[in-house]
Amino acid sequence: MSAAASTPPSIEFRYLVEQAGFTLDIEGRFALQGITGVFGPSGSGKTSLLRCMAGLASPSAAYLKVDRDIWEDSAARVRRAPHHRAIAYVFQEPRLFPHLDVRGNLEYGKRRVEKNARSSIATDQEHIIDLLGLGSLLSRRTNGLSGGEAQRVAIGRALLSAPRLILMDEPLASLDAGRKDELLPFIERLHAELTVPLVYVSHNIDEICQLCDQLLVMQGGTALATGDLQSVLMRTDLPVLGGAEAGAVIMARVVSYDAEYDLSRLEFSGGVLQAPARYAIGSVVRVRVRANDISICDESSGQTSILNRLAAEVIAINQDSSSSVLVHLKTGEDSMLARITRRSAAHLNLHPGALVIAQLKSVSVRRS
Amino acid sequence: MIDAISQSLDLNSGPLLLSMQLAAVTTVILLAIATPLAWWLANSRGAMKPFMQAFVALPIVLPPTVLGFYMLVLLGPHGTIGAWWVELTGSTLTFSFAGLVIASCVYSLPFAVQPLQSAFELLGRREVEAARTLGASSVDAFMSVVVPMAVPGFLTASVLSFAHTLGEFGVVLMVGGNIPGETRVISIAIFDHVEALDYGAAHRLSAVLLVAAFVVLLMMYLVHRRWHHR
Repeated sequence: MSAAASTPPSIEFRYLVEQAGFTLDIEGRFALQGITGVFGPSGSGKTSLLRCMAGLASPSAAYLKVDRDIWEDSAARVRRAPHHRAIAYVFQEPRLFPHLDVRGNLEYGKRRVEKNARSSIATDQEHIIDLLGLGSLLSRRTNGLSGGEAQRVAIGRALLSAPRLILMDEPLASLDAGRKDELLPFIERLHAELTVPLVYVSHNIDEICQLCDQLLVMQGGTALATGDLQSVLMRTDLPVLGGAEAGAVIMARVVSYDAEYDLSRLEFSGGVLQAPARYAIGSVVRVRVRANDISICDESSGQTSILNRLAAEVIAINQDSSSSVLVHLKTGEDSMLARITRRSAAHLNLHPGALVIAQLKSVSVRRS
Repeated sequence: MIDAISQSLDLNSGPLLLSMQLAAVTTVILLAIATPLAWWLANSRGAMKPFMQAFVALPIVLPPTVLGFYMLVLLGPHGTIGAWWVELTGSTLTFSFAGLVIASCVYSLPFAVQPLQSAFELLGRREVEAARTLGASSVDAFMSVVVPMAVPGFLTASVLSFAHTLGEFGVVLMVGGNIPGETRVISIAIFDHVEALDYGAAHRLSAVLLVAAFVVLLMMYLVHRRWHHR
């Protein structure tokens, strides 16, 4: 997602929810484009934030500004009812209407758009049905659908209500692993083919890395960090982003494919990576590089089984655990994290500015 | 005596029709009252809820004569509602069909509220919230999502209100007395026949009521079964 020339429209929010044992006290802003991930451990207030935005909760203080319109401001006693907010919500469970067939569900929101004049966004029903693969399900009853099918109908129903923003609250959480893999590509296609911005809540960093362009990190009911995905992922000061899943996302262009070894060559600002499997030449792919998969050496000598070796500069070294450090590396314009032992760091005499070779044991293409 | 025999020969359809009429009118009014009340009870967590619930359930435990007595006091020409009614219409509420309708609504209230309340509680807020985010106002969401999803609850509420009103005796006797064509409903007529030792007529009317009640309840449970096996 490249930024538009002028400042893109954004959404600004401030919410205070006080309940027994839980407080949501959050303030933030993100651009109304692409997919914004909301990441945090269970109980960090991700769902509460979404419910506030949709008007389904009763916060004690609230402010919500979408582009130039103030939708909610408790100080000025302004509050739009949920049906007057052009926000669609995809819940963890599909919440389809059992007395309507699939078509009836899809058209439920669509039929109410004009009545409320809540949005002037045109929706192309045929295109959305096509995109989500719903064509063959239209006359089916909802209780005969599989979990993945039902969630696709729920997403289609949300899209057809002409929203200016779609909130997705862990839409894959109620699905088993196989169904997840089946649904993720559909969400990617929405991102590629539609312009409606999406907020995607997840406690799975892998899903976030695969889908999102911006990232809001939450913990204990507050926002820890907001920004574009790639730079927020570099924040080594946030414990919730640490652990085994710490790592970077890099955008790379597919330049060629080696059929003999089934490897694609991917070019990015720091050089060339080779990744298994074939991707369309010329396309831009998203590559996930975990901190645990990078090792560091000080020269490029010797034979090795590692394919991907990149010249890098050490930017910072952060304590990770009593035995390990997270090294922030820069290759070209891109950043990566490497987790190595403290002993190795000392042995290699790593310091900011040091020039090293980063060896990537594995890279995974997260989105083609 | 001759009069009683001739009435029972043509099955004495007056009280039966009157009972049906009373039950139908009561059911329609009760659904209109009980639906919002049950929705509120199903969704409220306020301090008022237990008080309201206890009040609604009173007719189940109170002897009909107690209920009837208070209704008589309230609806009588010197009671709060009764005096107002006299001023408004010029006639008294007690010993009239209108008075019976009011008394029946109170008497059968829990039978309309409770099935609706449990249907709404079972339904939860999930689909309603989905409807709201898709652009439905709260009334729209209720009509387009809650009502169709709670059809079995509405059916049960209607059948139980109807059947319960059909079978009421004590309250009617206290409030309505025994005026043919006005307040002489089927249960009163049966009591009359027994008092007059006319067991034949009592049998015929009782059998009609028994069969009708069974058929209505059976149909309700059959519909429920079909609904849940869809």
